[in-house]
Amino acid sequence: MPMKSYRQAINEALRQEMERDQRVILMGEDVAGGMGAPGEDDAWGGPLGVTKGLMPTFGRDRVLDTPISESAFIGAAAGAAATGLRPVAELMFVDFMGVCFDQIFNQAAKFRYMFGGKAVTPLVIRTMYGAGFRAASQHSQCLYPLFTHVPGLKVALPSNAYEAKGLLIQAIRDDDPVVFFEHKAMYDDEAEVPDEPYTIPFGEANVTREGDDVTIVAFGRMVNVANDAADSLARSGISCTVVDPRTTSPLDRDTILETVEETGRLVVVDEAHPRCNLATDVTAMVTENLFSVLKAAPKQVTAPHSPVPFAAELEDLYIPSAAKIEAAVHEVMSGSGARAA
Amino acid sequence: MSAIQPIVMPKWGLAMQEGMVAVWHVEPGATVTAGQELCDIETSKIANVFESPVDGLLRRVVAAPGETLPVGALLAVVADQATEDAAIDGFIDEFQAAFAVEATAEAQPEPVSIATAAGRIRYLPIGDAAGPPVIFVHGFGGDLYNWQFNQAEVAAHATTYALDLPGHGGSTKDVGDGSLGVLVDAVLAFMDALQIERAHLVGHSMGGRTAIGVAAAAPDRVASLVLLAPGGVGPTVNHDFIDGFIGQSRPKKLRAVLEMLVANPDLVTNEMVDDVIKFKRLDGAVAALEALRDGCLYAPVDDATAVRDRLAKSPCPVHVVWGNEDRVLPANDAEGLPANVHVTRLDGAGHMPHMERAADVNALIERVVRG
Repeated sequence: MPMKSYRQAINEALRQEMERDQRVILMGEDVAGGMGAPGEDDAWGGPLGVTKGLMPTFGRDRVLDTPISESAFIGAAAGAAATGLRPVAELMFVDFMGVCFDQIFNQAAKFRYMFGGKAVTPLVIRTMYGAGFRAASQHSQCLYPLFTHVPGLKVALPSNAYEAKGLLIQAIRDDDPVVFFEHKAMYDDEAEVPDEPYTIPFGEANVTREGDDVTIVAFGRMVNVANDAADSLARSGISCTVVDPRTTSPLDRDTILETVEETGRLVVVDEAHPRCNLATDVTAMVTENLFSVLKAAPKQVTAPHSPVPFAAELEDLYIPSAAKIEAAVHEVMSGSGARAA
Repeated sequence: MSAIQPIVMPKWGLAMQEGMVAVWHVEPGATVTAGQELCDIETSKIANVFESPVDGLLRRVVAAPGETLPVGALLAVVADQATEDAAIDGFIDEFQAAFAVEATAEAQPEPVSIATAAGRIRYLPIGDAAGPPVIFVHGFGGDLYNWQFNQAEVAAHATTYALDLPGHGGSTKDVGDGSLGVLVDAVLAFMDALQIERAHLVGHSMGGRTAIGVAAAAPDRVASLVLLAPGGVGPTVNHDFIDGFIGQSRPKKLRAVLEMLVANPDLVTNEMVDDVIKFKRLDGAVAALEALRDGCLYAPVDDATAVRDRLAKSPCPVHVVWGNEDRVLPANDAEGLPANVHVTRLDGAGHMPHMERAADVNALIERVVRG
């Protein structure tokens, strides 16, 4: 199977869905680039080149460069979705989402419910998240917990190029609004990706490692860090199951609970800030349902409750690492934090 | 012949580039014989026992358990008692130095696609020997990689093509009404597109039934039939397997289904399960499988007697191979076949004798190809 980067996989998903369905359109800041500046067509393809090449194929009618006004074009995309198109809007950095919360939280997420199921909103918002890119505190947050919190939104966090293509095609074909999180540090990471279109269902977790001792649940890019930690731990005789939920809404609770039932131990890895994030959510769910089978108190490995630092050394320290995950696994294995029997 | 013999990482199948030595079954100082179990080797595709390729005294184990090494890397050294330790050290040093130089990866054969009258067909060509080529036709839910333990070996004696049937792998997912005729036409269209006049057909399961259909439709274009657990010669097919294969999308449940394919369930690796799930996610794949189930597997055009009659009248040699532990198509379907059909039954194999008894199946195909 051909190797493709995360960037190529996303581009291919967009291209194949645009070929398949005339209603699929792209919009966002510089998704082509050069609008109104002759001679620079398709100069950008988005800030990191993900949509490059699509405008020359599909034209300006379907690949729209928008003004720098997130509230305007996300609102327009929601309206277009409600009235028959299937827009994929690119909102560069999730950090900028604040200016269009009403369009997302109160409008797109609510149409189906408010109109008694008579309206669908097949909107995809693609956005970049995550630290490690030396882009400082206003361009490096995770923020997917905010969107996971809102009923009516679906949230996808592809952990590699294969997942990215299948989850994005699924998102585009889904009749509900989906916020699709792309980790900016993964665009050059390659994986085997089929040439043909394919879909990965939402709410179906991927078990990337199978083990007996500890379940590690990780999200987005952290799945790869957790896999590294699990492989390293395996060499010292500790076998871990790693669960990639793929989507935080819907969340595959069954797979998480089943695997923790087998191991009796849980570590959750979340690059988001520690309060009200996916780590607290999963930890609470597991503790509530499986309190009696837990052999140790669950551990959460997250970023600290602080803005993403600008200093490179601090940023590296800020991001959950394989070493921190391994330390957490050793802690749950030693049973510290568990009540004495 | 050198008194010192290297034992190296084997290459099991086309895709294998490296393997992990899981555990050694022998210790240095042991006398080993060819065929004796040396160690367990795990690859991303398969886990299996590695049998000694040579006789002799195992002087040195070079690869530690848990170590992942490329194909061709030194695992152990066999030499007679008289060989001095220093000579063995020297041999190992020389081998490792030469191997590091060689390690520039040789190009893997890659599948290609061709437009045919039956739509896009993906195939893997290997070898360029003279004579009628060998075409490998996989079974229900399979693809051209099902022949990873056979094709490269057979390619030493013949030009070989492994193809993806419609609905499978990288070929068109359009299977029309899902009948046998669609598959037969696809194989013939593939031969037309590649201007193959006449070929040996190696078919597995539904691909075996397809090969029988090709031979019936165009007898002058088939040089021989090698049929591995072919469909159609018996009255039953395991519905639990077919329905489970289509219906199960969760790894654990699908694994239980795939284990029906083999005598040794350990052969079903996570990667194999994952590959099937990935195939079924392709647009149109599940719909194609359902159409083939309903149009071909569960509604045969001919009953078993008619198919056996067809084999009896075959103008070309017919070989049938069956694993005695087949749980998809029963091994006793191999009984009572017409007298002109050469039947080989293999122990230690289920529905995939070309995987589980690859060496025997390859030897048979080579004999057939050489006439």
